[in-house]
Parts: sequence; structure tokens; C-alpha cells
Amino acid sequence: MQLTVWTYEGPPHVGAMRIAASMRGLHYVLHAPQGDTYADLLFTMIERRDTRPPVTYTTFKAQDLGADTAEIFKIACRDAVERFQPEAIIVGASCTAELIQDDPAGLAAALALPIPVIPLELPSYSKKENWGAAETFYRLVRAFAPAPQRPAPRVVRPAGERSCNILGPTSLGFRHRDDIEEVRRMIEGLGVAVNLVAPLGASPSDLARLPEADFNVVLYPEIAGTAADWLKRNHGQAFVTIPPIGVRATAEFLAAVAGLAGVVPPAPPATLRMPWYSRSIDSTYLTGKRVFIFGDATHAVAAARVAADELGFVVCGLGTYSREFAREVRAAAVRYGVEPLISDDHLAVEDAIVAAQPELILGTQMERHVAKRLRIPCAVISAPVHVQDFPARYSPQMGHEGANVLFDSWVHPLMMGLEEHLLGMFRDDFEFNDTAAPSHLGHAAPAASETEEQTLVVLERPVAWTGEAEKELKKIPFFVRGKARRNTERFAAERGLQTITIETLYDAKAHFSR
Amino acid sequence: MNAMPPRIGAQDCGPAAPLRQRGQHEVFCGLTSIIWLHRKVQDAFFLIVGSRTCAHLMQSAAGVMIFAEPRFGTAIIEERDLAGMADLHEELDRVVARLLSRRPDIRMLVLVGSCPSEVIKLDLGKAAERLARLHAPATRVLHFSGSGIETTFTQGEDNFLAALVRELPAADAKAPPSLMVAGALPDVVEDQFRRIFDALGIGPVAFLPSRASSGLPAVGAATRVLLAQPYLGEAARALEARGATVLAAPFPLGEEGTTAWLRAAADAFGVAPGRFDAITRAGRRRAREAVGRRRAELEGRRVFLFPDSQLEPSIARFLAREAGAEIVEIGSPYLHRQHLAGEFALLPPGIPFSEGQDVDRQLDRCRAARPDLAVCGMGLANPLEAEGIATKWSIELVFTPVQGYEQAGDLAELFVRPLARRAVLKLGA
Repeated sequence: MQLTVWTYEGPPHVGAMRIAASMRGLHYVLHAPQGDTYADLLFTMIERRDTRPPVTYTTFKAQDLGADTAEIFKIACRDAVERFQPEAIIVGASCTAELIQDDPAGLAAALALPIPVIPLELPSYSKKENWGAAETFYRLVRAFAPAPQRPAPRVVRPAGERSCNILGPTSLGFRHRDDIEEVRRMIEGLGVAVNLVAPLGASPSDLARLPEADFNVVLYPEIAGTAADWLKRNHGQAFVTIPPIGVRATAEFLAAVAGLAGVVPPAPPATLRMPWYSRSIDSTYLTGKRVFIFGDATHAVAAARVAADELGFVVCGLGTYSREFAREVRAAAVRYGVEPLISDDHLAVEDAIVAAQPELILGTQMERHVAKRLRIPCAVISAPVHVQDFPARYSPQMGHEGANVLFDSWVHPLMMGLEEHLLGMFRDDFEFNDTAAPSHLGHAAPAASETEEQTLVVLERPVAWTGEAEKELKKIPFFVRGKARRNTERFAAERGLQTITIETLYDAKAHFSR
Repeated sequence: MNAMPPRIGAQDCGPAAPLRQRGQHEVFCGLTSIIWLHRKVQDAFFLIVGSRTCAHLMQSAAGVMIFAEPRFGTAIIEERDLAGMADLHEELDRVVARLLSRRPDIRMLVLVGSCPSEVIKLDLGKAAERLARLHAPATRVLHFSGSGIETTFTQGEDNFLAALVRELPAADAKAPPSLMVAGALPDVVEDQFRRIFDALGIGPVAFLPSRASSGLPAVGAATRVLLAQPYLGEAARALEARGATVLAAPFPLGEEGTTAWLRAAADAFGVAPGRFDAITRAGRRRAREAVGRRRAELEGRRVFLFPDSQLEPSIARFLAREAGAEIVEIGSPYLHRQHLAGEFALLPPGIPFSEGQDVDRQLDRCRAARPDLAVCGMGLANPLEAEGIATKWSIELVFTPVQGYEQAGDLAELFVRPLARRAVLKLGA
């Protein structure tokens, strides 16, 4: 039994729903009690879709358990096929239906439906959402692009005429919608045709065309890794797995794709502003900023590299909730000299953040909340997603434009360079401090930030501040004041000091300055 | 079934013969009521004993993680628990011990049953008894089921209140009559009602649930109960089993509902009609004025209500009688005939009523009717908007203070806003 308030991943049938909702012409008949229909709102509310996801739930009740839940499943199956007329259906059970053991696969097979039925075995009590998505996609690929009876060596087309599939983007993925557009444009820019993008936007019959491509591009190994492995073994398709996140990784990605396609990789485009922005004088203040990174394995590992190599940050924490990819994250952590955190317990992640005292958090929606409580700047880099992670504007994480986006979205939560200096210089200015209202609001706005700090700083205060020290603390710019307070209190507590004086404040400052 | 939806004749429906079609239900399960209960009872922690799905439901339905650390959580059942490798009760004790050491401020721990825990017949009653002994007197331990195979959305609150009722101390046999208002109300509404009851000379008055778990009111033969919510069947039964009398009344939505609801209490406590009129006069006037300002925007509008919270008949009554709307269909996940008798007596006759749901066929009816506004759950709202039908999320009716005189205008405004938005947007098709 695991105690949790928030979870990073949903159950595996939600992963299957993400695949169904990504594709056209596919319908999911899910044996599940009525409460499980909440999952619809992941798509209609969080992803802001204009259609319901293609899922029919049996929504059985307690009174049905004594009667015939299997019959309810069969009726739901028949009705869904008749009403929605899909090319194929996937069938499965959620956690509760798994316990009542109705065998959706056998029941659906017995119906002799006029369309393909792909049964899913998704063990709810041991697996999670990403695994469920990967397994569903793999089952679909196997069903619609079956292994040849007599495997023959793949005939590779001449260089310059090769095509590829792009695998992995799904509904509810973190910026998958925009990534796929960016990556597709880059690949086509190499003169490589994109045979198929899947699962997002593909139909079951499209999947039958997967083997026509010369190789595969796996953007999100959490979702397409299993299917790509299988395609390699059974259809001889090599694949590229470098996620093109950041300037360097994008270049490596393009080199790898160009290598498989037999073409020459291009020079970076003029629209790539990122390396210059990072070198510009205003970015000096980014140097050595301590950043804590947590997310799915793909985004976390890529973020660590961008943070360290392309923004000049110090990675002070790196972790993932994707246990299936723990090895990759451990290997990356070694590179940055940090202890890898492999956990899906968000409380453990919070503890690690408090211990690491970062100046920036790159995480998921959960870390965003931790950051809010600890008053640390934060940018979201990975699922689990929230409605604000589906921005109206084009905002990829991958490719050249993705690198620009990363610069903006990770740097903006931090105070800007010149601004940081000005705030220090003018902190005693009568209209330029945290209690003064913004100048454009005149004198009407309330000065609430001091009380806000009182309520938002959650750490205990075992030591007292002298009036003078408290006054001196207020001279520190408000955006670093919370941190200064915490550091000083920690410093005092560790030394058994009862009172914090001005001396203590500056002793602590000297101690923590790097 | 893909053909035109069956026409519902007036004579076939209404509370006497509701339409019942068995198909997919599109409702939240009872676990979701924890989202408002944990804000209401401020020293309680709700621990769902369930699956990863339950935990995922709570964070998705609660949107969104609006609370950095809410007073609810999930003890996720894992494979080793089911395989018998771990003793579920021992595991639960371990989880609870960890939780209470993290949150020593918790005075009431509520174990909440889920679909999986019900299906594997995990005895939470036994667990609650054991844990109560272990953690007494610091923490009281209760249990109820919010499982989706037994409850929808608001019924979780019903089961919680029924569990609370079993904890209430017995009132003195010679105690004078007292009033208990059952059903979670926002604090501001509770305070307004308390002032009115005080002015009417009705008392002592207790609210269930109270804001702190230590404030459990006594119950007995002299207790008169006003239900603040129509979905409290189990709670009402439990209160009656403790000797209390449940007063029949419509629900306090809108001026008319609030007045009838207050009057039921006034009559039970022998308040003179003149005094009742004098005390409620100002509130009634304010409510009528506030709704009146919205009436022009709602008058004649055709409203379709999907089943969600069981508040639907009361909302329909308010919209029809006070806002002048035309009700196309009232859906409710479940109909408690006795508690809703007062509402149906006020509703215009012949409105089609459906109990339970086949969501696809209900959507067909909604599309065919082309209402001006559909009141529905979050899973349906954006798809209906995309089809050109304005929607009101029903969840706001549960989360927003809408009861009583001072909120009647707010209640009307909730339905006006989606229509007003359509009117102000100039975005083309």
C-alpha cells in the first residue's frame, strides 16, 4: 500500500485512453464502474478538446455485480461499434473490473464483430499510465503491421529517397502537439519524407503502412520504445532515440536522422536565437544558478543537459518518476555529480527539493506547487499536465524553435539580469520596493507582500530574530528574502543559536555564499 | 438506436414515470465529494483506500491540484496487497501511522471505501474500530463508502454524514426541541441561516457537518432536521434511526425555495406567521430583486439538465419559476422521491424527467432539442460548446455558495454568464 496525495501517473487504462484519443477510427470499450468516466475530462477539460474521447465505459454498479456484468460489457461493445462505426476497437478493464474477472477479450471475441478487436491486458495494480500507453501502442502496431511470415532482409532505398516514421506523440503529452510539427518540419527539411506519424493522428489502417518506411524516429521512448523495438526485430527498421531537446541534442538528432537517411545534416537555421541569447551579457546572471530537475525520464535527462551545457546552470538535483527508465536517469545524474532520485512519491521529491535549496525548479505540475510554497521560481517541463500546459500559441520543446522556447520559459521565472542589479541598487527608493504599489496603479493598490510572506513561508521558526536583524533582513530584495530567512534560520539552528542578530545574518550569508 | 431519439411524451415522464435508459453514465463517483468536505471539516483527513485510479481521479477532478497539500489522500492498493503477500490491514495501519505522524493536527481520520476496496470486501468498519482504539483519544476514526459502484458524486457526502450521525452523542431525553441542518453548506451561508434562525427564535441550531470534528451535536427524539441538500437519503435515514424527525421542505435555492425551507422549520417550532413574514421580508425582497435583474436574460431560455448532483430538480424549479426559463429535460442520477416531493409539487407539470443515464442517447435528445443552455458535467461541456450549445458546468453549483436569499442572485448569475459570454464575444463562427 502506498500513501499518496498526488500521483505522477494515472492507471494504465488511462495510458490506453491516451492512445485511443490520439488516433482516428479507433474506439476503446472499457469495462469500468461509473466513477472512471472522470477520465473524459482529462481530454475535454485539461487538453481542451472539442470532442469526447472515443471511449465507451460499461459503468457497472454494485447491483450489477450479483447479476451479469459480462452481459453489460457485451451490450456496450455492440452498441459502441454500431454507434461510432470505428475501424477497430480495443477492449480492456479498469482496476475494479480487473478484480471481477469478466475477461473482456474473450467476451468481445465471442461477439464476432465485423471489425478487428484488440484485447489489452493492463495490470492496474502493478503498472501505470506510460506503461499502459506503450503497451497499447505496441499491441496496435503488432496487430496492424504484423510480422512477415518469412522475414526477408530489408531492402534499403537509395540515399536521399528514404522515409521515416515519427513515433510516440500522444494526446495529453507535454507539448507533443507542437513538438511533432517542429520535428516533422526539420526532418522534411533534410529531404526525408515522413511516411507516418503515430499514434497521434494515425488510424489503425495507417499503422499497416508503418513497415513502408526505412527507419523510425522515436520521440518519446516512454510511449513508443516498445513498439520501435518490435518494429526493428520484425521489420528490420533501425531507429533514432535522441530526443531533440536543446541546441546540441537537436544537432545530434539531425545528424543521426541524416545518417540513417544518407543525407548531409544542415547547419542550424538563422531563427535559432538560443545560443546567442545564452552568451549575451544579460545572461551572465544565470551563471551557476542551482536548478532542481524532476519529470519523466526523457524530459528530465534532456533538461539537465540543456540547463548545464546551454544555460550555464548547476544541476543540484535530478530525478524521475519513470522507474522503467531509471538506468538512463542514473547515468545522467553521474554526469552532474548528484544523487539520482527515482521515486513516484511526491513527498520524497519535496523533501529532496528542500534539502537541495535550488534557485530554480524544472519539474511537473506537482513541483510547481512545491515551488509555490517554498517561493522558488519554477518552470514545467514534463507531464503530468494541466490546462495551462496546452497553450494557445505554438510552443514546442523540441528542435530549433523548442530551444528558443526553453530559453524563454526557464529563464523568465528568474529575475532578469539587469533587473536584479537595479533592484539591489535602488532598494531604498521610496517607490521601488516591495511595499510600494506598482507605479501604474497609483496609490490605490494594497501592500500585501509582507503578510503574504508570513503565511507562505512554511518552515518552522525555532529561533527568534532581533528587531535589528529583522530590519536588516527587510533591506534584502524581497525576491530573495525568503531564501535568506530560511538560510539564516537553518544556519542558526545548526549552531544551536537562540537569537538571530545582524551578525548571524551576515555570518549565514558568508557561509552560504558560493 | 442511431435514428431519431424517442420522443418523450409529457405523460410518460415527470416524477411519476421517469425515463430510465441503461447505458453509460457520465457522472463523478462519491469520492469526489471529499473535495468540498475536506475544506468544510477543517480538522479531518479523508483517506481513500483504493487504487491508483482513485488518486488520479481526485487530482484530475479537483483540478487541478489547487491545494498544495489538501487534507485528503489515497492509500493505493498494490499487487502485493491483492496477492496476499501483504496483510491489507497491517498495511493500512502502517499508512495511517505515517500519515498521522506527518499531520498530528488531524483530529478525525475518515477512511473512505472505493470500488476496489468494496469488490475485494476489505472491511473498513473493522479497520476503523481498530485504528480508533490505536489512536484514541487524539484522533477519531470513521469510515464510509464513496465507491463508484454504489455512489455518484454527491452521495459520498450523504454516506459521510450517515457515518457522522452514528458518532453523534445521544441527546438528553428531556431535552427541549432543537434544530439540526444536515448537509454541507458554505460557511457564509451557514452564518446567514444561523442569524435568521436566531431572529425567529428557533434554537438551539446545529449544523452537520460542523466545521470542527469536536463539535458533534447531540441527537434525539427532540431533534428536528432540515435537509440542506436533496441527496441526503442515507443521512436522513440514520438521523431518523436516532429518533430525529426530518422536516419535509423544498430546498433553499432561490427566494421561493429558501422561504419554504425556512417556513418548514418555523412551523415546526411554532413561530407565528406574522413574525416569520417580518423576519424574512428583507431577505425575500433582496433575493427577488437580485434574481429580477437577471430574469430578462433567462426568461424563455430553454435549459437541458444532464444528471450530475441530484440538485437538478431544485435547480429546474428555480430556473422555471423565478427566472422564467423553459426546462427541456431534467436528468438526475437518482431520484429520492420523498425528499423531492416538495420540489415536484412546484415544478411546472409535464417536464420530461430521466433517472440514471445512457449518455449517448441523452446527448442525442439534447442535440435534437437544441437548448439555449445545457447544465452538464465537465466531460461533456467543451464538446457541447463545440457543437454550438452553451453550457454551465454543474460542478459549480456544488462548489459555489448558492443557497439562501443572499445567494439567489448569484445562482441566477451562474446561468446567465455562459449566455452573456456568447453575446459579448465577437469572434465569428
